[in-house]
Amino acid sequence: MDVKRDPGLYDYLPYDRRPKIRWPNDAHVAFWLAPNIEFYELDPPKNPTRGAWSRPPPDVLGYSYRDYGNRAGFWRMLEIFDRCGVRGSVSLNVAVCQHHPEVIEECAKRGWEFYSHGTYNTRFVFEMSEDQERALIQDSIDTIKQHTGQKLDGWLAPALTYTERTLDLVAEMGLTYCCDLFHDDQPCPVKTKRGRLVSIPYSLEMNDAIVFSVNTLSPRAYGDIIKRQFDRLYEEGANSGTVMCIPLHPYLVGQPYRIAAFEEALAYITGHDKIWRATGREIAQYFLAHDFDAFTRASEPVGEAP
Amino acid sequence: MSVPPDYLKYAHRRYGMDHDRYIWSALPRRKKVNWPGGARVALWIVPALEWFPLDMKGKPFKPPGALVTAYPDLRHYTLRDYGNRVGIFRVMKALERFGMRASVAVNAAVAVRHPSLIKACVDRGWEVIANGLDMDHLHYEGLPKDEERELVEDSLAILRRVSGQKVRGWLSPARSESFATLDLVAATGIDYVCDWVNDDMPFAMRTESRAIYSMPLSNDIDDHTILVQNRHSEDAFTQQVCDQFDALYKEAASTGRRILTLALHPWVIGQPYRIGALERALTHIMENEDVWTATGAEILDAFTAQA
Repeated sequence: MDVKRDPGLYDYLPYDRRPKIRWPNDAHVAFWLAPNIEFYELDPPKNPTRGAWSRPPPDVLGYSYRDYGNRAGFWRMLEIFDRCGVRGSVSLNVAVCQHHPEVIEECAKRGWEFYSHGTYNTRFVFEMSEDQERALIQDSIDTIKQHTGQKLDGWLAPALTYTERTLDLVAEMGLTYCCDLFHDDQPCPVKTKRGRLVSIPYSLEMNDAIVFSVNTLSPRAYGDIIKRQFDRLYEEGANSGTVMCIPLHPYLVGQPYRIAAFEEALAYITGHDKIWRATGREIAQYFLAHDFDAFTRASEPVGEAP
Repeated sequence: MSVPPDYLKYAHRRYGMDHDRYIWSALPRRKKVNWPGGARVALWIVPALEWFPLDMKGKPFKPPGALVTAYPDLRHYTLRDYGNRVGIFRVMKALERFGMRASVAVNAAVAVRHPSLIKACVDRGWEVIANGLDMDHLHYEGLPKDEERELVEDSLAILRRVSGQKVRGWLSPARSESFATLDLVAATGIDYVCDWVNDDMPFAMRTESRAIYSMPLSNDIDDHTILVQNRHSEDAFTQQVCDQFDALYKEAASTGRRILTLALHPWVIGQPYRIGALERALTHIMENEDVWTATGAEILDAFTAQA
């Protein structure tokens, strides 16, 4: 395969020399929550690039831990979202529409956004043909439309698996934002062949899966880093609007011993005046209308490394 | 390298689960359950008595707590053995202080090697749960079915003989199952399994012969997970057990009664500097009068009587 040394998806725009972002009502931070509502298959087909489970199927422990999210964790998370007055932008494995419509219905009736996280979290995009990848994206567009009435605007690659053409295809097929790039604390234009695609900060650092399953932090330590992240973005956002995202997995944050510490951190954030409680789509639309072109013009080309 | 042409066909994309073992249901939408005496939370403590043989193969993967070094790994072998010689007795003493009984998950090999240890558990009114043969005999797809059947039958025969109990509960070593494990244990008289962590309450599972139940034994509220795998402090262990209890206790007031499960490994929690962390957590829990300490079988029977 002919591989690149740089993905070529964005130009250079240093943090200290940018057009200023002014969020609605002069908010410092556009704050959004991205619960990943997922379905992992017990015995998915084999993929040439990676296995779905750390143990040979049936990986009862891995499978059932994730299933906990839909059976129990989601409902606990929902309660604290309601108490804190926040909406979710659901990063959705769209097959959940078929498997667990009750979960979709609860999100839909609260006005949450649905964006795509692929069909299942056990179907990987690496090495897909263009036709396969188009079919995967079209499935998400159609399923979300059919089950929620919403137009699909955002993409977070299933299990963070991609091809070189992924972002070109999602832009061409009418989506407006992606969550797969972790290079910034503000939205950025993505260089695609067609369409206008915005990268919205999603954050692996604040992602409960990284925090709990990779970095193995305690629930209270998670609450602390959320507050510290927010404090700094809020302070900097007085100068030019920032974005804070908390990506969540109900099977992790929805565990009884984790939920109270998370709620306390969430309530801390929503206790601030200058935040814009946004969805991913709202941030992308606002940035497209006000900042996209200015950011594109201000960017510098990236030099060719020797 | 390319993705197979039928990779985007989804044979099980339908309402509910992608298999037939159990029915999908959302925890807060179920019928409320009551515990005896009006208790809000049932406390289910599950210490494990494990044996990690010195010649471990680790097939098809190394279970949590597996030996590490080249043969002979005396270092890790003996530290695991510490649990069965010393640690378990500290756990027993801690539970006795609170008048608590446990459900002890036993490798059948431990029952053969140390029958007096099983007697000590049974004499305390503890329930014996089958924890397979030993920590180097995992159940997994690829193990010939006859071999797995023999493993299940032999393990249960030993544990039933040594304990004198019916032995109704099953915990697979490392919580590893093949696609047939549930069928095999159900056919051998097991009423509940503890491998699945997808719920906070019991739920029915289908097998070839009869219905059995999944009992919700948390893999998070577990001394090995918190102290060894996540490398948290003893105080953090106490904190997480207490936070788990507080959340369930609060929830139990409105959505139906709950179960606090506590999985223990005496070679981990039974160290002198750690046992106090368990005692402090139990002290916090027992400051509430409406806690029912019970065995897995007792909790299951109370649950199924209302189902």
